[in-house]
Amino acid sequence: MKFPVPHDVKGKTIPGTEGWERMYPYQYQFVTDDPQRNQYEKETFWFYDGLHYPEPLYPFDTIWDEAWYLALSQFNNRIFQVPPVRGVDHRIINGYVYISPVPVKDPEEIGKRVPNFMERAGYYYKNWDELEAKWKVKMEATIAELEALQIPRLPEIEDLRVVTDGVGESTAYHLIKNYDDLINLGIKCWQYHFEFLNLGYAAYVFFMDFTQKLFPSIPLQRVTQMISGIDVIMYKSDDELKELAKKAVALEVDDIVTGHREWTDVKAALQGRRHGDEWLAAFEKARYPWFNISSGTGWFHTDRSWNDNLNIPLDGIQTYISKLRTGVTIDRPMEAVRAERDRVTAEYRDLIDNDEDRKQFDELLGCARTVFPYVENHLFYVEHWFHSVFWNKMRDVAAVLQEHGLIAEIEDVWYLRRDEIKQALWDIVTAWATGVTPRGTATWPAEIEWRKGVMQKFREWAPPPAIGIAPEVIQEPFTIVLWGVTNSSLSAWASVQDVADPDTITEMKGFPASAGIVEGKARVCRSAEEIRDLQEGEILVAPTTSPSWAPAFAKIKACITDVGGVMSHAAIVCREYGMPAVVGTGHSTRVIKTGMTLRVDGSTGLVTIVQ
Amino acid sequence: MGSALMVEDVQLAPGIDSRAPKVCFFEECNKDSVPLVGGKCSSLGELINAGVRVPPGFALTTAGYGQFMRDAGIQDEVNGLLQGLDHDDMDKLETASRTIREMIESRPISIELEDLIAEAYRKLSVRCYLPAVPVAVRSSATAEDLPGASFAGQQDTYLWIRGIDDVMHYVRRCISSLYTARAIAYRIRMGFPHEQVAISVGVQKMANAYTAGVMFTLHPSTGDRSVIVIDSNFGFGESVVSGEVTPDNFVVNKVTLDIIDRTISTKTVCYTADLKLQRSVAMEVPVERQNIQSILDDEITELAWMAKKIEKHYGRPMDIEWAIDKNLPAGGNVFILQARPETIWSNRQKAPATTGATSAMDYIVSNLLVGKRLA
Repeated sequence: MKFPVPHDVKGKTIPGTEGWERMYPYQYQFVTDDPQRNQYEKETFWFYDGLHYPEPLYPFDTIWDEAWYLALSQFNNRIFQVPPVRGVDHRIINGYVYISPVPVKDPEEIGKRVPNFMERAGYYYKNWDELEAKWKVKMEATIAELEALQIPRLPEIEDLRVVTDGVGESTAYHLIKNYDDLINLGIKCWQYHFEFLNLGYAAYVFFMDFTQKLFPSIPLQRVTQMISGIDVIMYKSDDELKELAKKAVALEVDDIVTGHREWTDVKAALQGRRHGDEWLAAFEKARYPWFNISSGTGWFHTDRSWNDNLNIPLDGIQTYISKLRTGVTIDRPMEAVRAERDRVTAEYRDLIDNDEDRKQFDELLGCARTVFPYVENHLFYVEHWFHSVFWNKMRDVAAVLQEHGLIAEIEDVWYLRRDEIKQALWDIVTAWATGVTPRGTATWPAEIEWRKGVMQKFREWAPPPAIGIAPEVIQEPFTIVLWGVTNSSLSAWASVQDVADPDTITEMKGFPASAGIVEGKARVCRSAEEIRDLQEGEILVAPTTSPSWAPAFAKIKACITDVGGVMSHAAIVCREYGMPAVVGTGHSTRVIKTGMTLRVDGSTGLVTIVQ
Repeated sequence: MGSALMVEDVQLAPGIDSRAPKVCFFEECNKDSVPLVGGKCSSLGELINAGVRVPPGFALTTAGYGQFMRDAGIQDEVNGLLQGLDHDDMDKLETASRTIREMIESRPISIELEDLIAEAYRKLSVRCYLPAVPVAVRSSATAEDLPGASFAGQQDTYLWIRGIDDVMHYVRRCISSLYTARAIAYRIRMGFPHEQVAISVGVQKMANAYTAGVMFTLHPSTGDRSVIVIDSNFGFGESVVSGEVTPDNFVVNKVTLDIIDRTISTKTVCYTADLKLQRSVAMEVPVERQNIQSILDDEITELAWMAKKIEKHYGRPMDIEWAIDKNLPAGGNVFILQARPETIWSNRQKAPATTGATSAMDYIVSNLLVGKRLA
């Protein structure tokens, strides 16, 4: 399996984007002028992190990549000392992020790290529930701090109180300080994000690994099924929509709720109606914190939350109301999921030949079930709740930049790196203090216009799924489970990559994530907004899905994603609903068009374009 | 060694003496009937009694075999011909075998024994609502599935046999197959006295197989007990058993019964009943069907379900032959023709998969060190 050399890929600059490198941190660049680094980059295997970055990265949005680059690596390497792996190295080409786990090569050093890891990680596994309870307190305090944080506007003249109270500080100082606080809260939140996550994934990976040793033919979906049916906060938002649907029916306002496509129309129609206000009050109550849910992965400013676009939760409520009207139960079939989980677990356990293996199986399963809630729930706290608030605080910062003429539109702010924004704020505050025009009014608007053009060209470029030399072994638990990097996935990606004309492709391989075979019409949805177009019984084809997409699963009969492993959102939900899913196909949304007839085999991972 | 092989033991075994039945129906047999009806027939009886759908049939018992040899008056002559043979001297073995087999196949079965067999065959035909029901006549050796003795495939099976005359003829051929040169040589080498070896013959309703094959309740290449692996081809199962074709291959998850892997091969030959000639013939699979899946998904699921039940009944991995009857409606057309304990993996001492780690933590660390291969 051959992938292109990183420097060759980087060397072919897309015409008109020359100089794009300045949009991203300098340490993210592949280089040719430093022989040592050049050699390292050439010998290393880099895979495109399409799970998190299906689109080229806006300069500001690099913040979360930097945050996890630091957090994951430090926990691996400096805090827990995972014996054979350090962190995950990052590069960027044309706005697309490539990552590579960094191994510890010296066996002696690996040996030295073992006792540290046993002690440190062992402490976390042993005291998991207690530490997780502490985590929740820290995380909620961080979110509360973020919610309270104000981004002040610079006044023409400071309030008299500054004088009478002897404050001795200006709004300018608070503007730059609060911007720093905002950024620091973000970085802190991402420290917490990785406090448990890699250990959680390690518990998963090795439960999977052991079960596959016992049963070489066991599909991964059956292994993860043994850890299913555990209640997690991550699905609470979707549950709230179901409750609102039930309440609408109970209060007999369901016709009004389904009567309009726009939330503002629904709200207006409900006001003053019998029980209308009661239902609206329930709706408002559900919003905090449950509508702080991103319509995407939460990684991008473009992923607006339900609170930002109430049409998305409305559409979900409407879907559930129509299900209720046809007599379908909309609750997640948790009892059935648990019963099937217990049956599957018991049957596999009975097939284990000896007591020693059975004991090991029980231990690892117990560990995997302990870590499961964190692995799911951190997403709600970090990527959804925190991020939803964070993006809007950043829009407050953007409003200041706009008022002072450094950017034309609020949404232009994302074309600047976070350090450039800090610099721009300094430009603004010093100019404000002085009473002159900020220099940035002459530089940033033009630069942003140019960057917009560059980003557009990036979007038209197809990043190779991997570059460099593939290793034989991967030890980094995250890389294995989350991105599903295996030889077969890589070769499948590589083979699609080699096809010049995607229209000639009729078959795609992905991870068999949820069993079953169905045929049906495809609906390609690139964002949560687009799921409104989904028709009953279609097959959803998406880059990846997130909890915002949950109502879509009530309509579809199978799901295909470009990116994701057996623990991805689409995989978990499809297994719960008992519908086929094939995830991590690499290029489905590029190859499949809405309206095509597909055959999806969730047991073998094969997607066939029938027509 | 091999006490079940001995006619004397057979006669001394409880319930089996000179008054032991000469013929009995499969449902009268169970796993303890090996000395009387051999491995194949006893396992068919066991399966029927366990509620598995098996084509009905009856066995000429080892007592019946003994009676035949006595009635035919050839026992002493046969023993004489076997005296002083060397298991390496193939020429002499072949000559002795040919003489003995001709002797057995040419002697009539005594009226008394023939009546017993003919009556059983008539009853079988009545049960199947078919005049002169087509049957498979199969030898059922008393030693075939014993640990350490592999007699598998040493005796013959004859397919699509109709009418009492043919049944009688092939019953004798099955008996004579106890004296193939290979079987004689094997007994000499293993030190089994010829005069104490017995055979039973099963006469079983022929499933008019549209599709047939074999299945294992573990993965034959990895020993994975969580799967059922099915091989299938069109027609009778002979083409699969003999290895004449590369069959279609399916891997079914034993716990959930979904098909997790399928390989459709090019199948050029199959066996089927020629209704004009009234016998089983090899035929070329029509080109347009050679690459078509030879069994429906629903049938795969039903087979796997049956295999799971059989394995549970025996409490160990099994090796199973099956067929799907083309004359019967779906829901009642999948048959088990034979089931025997799987021997290759089951006799192998498997090392535990755990590396001796005791806690989850130990396992995680020791395996982090090894990493995960990308393959």
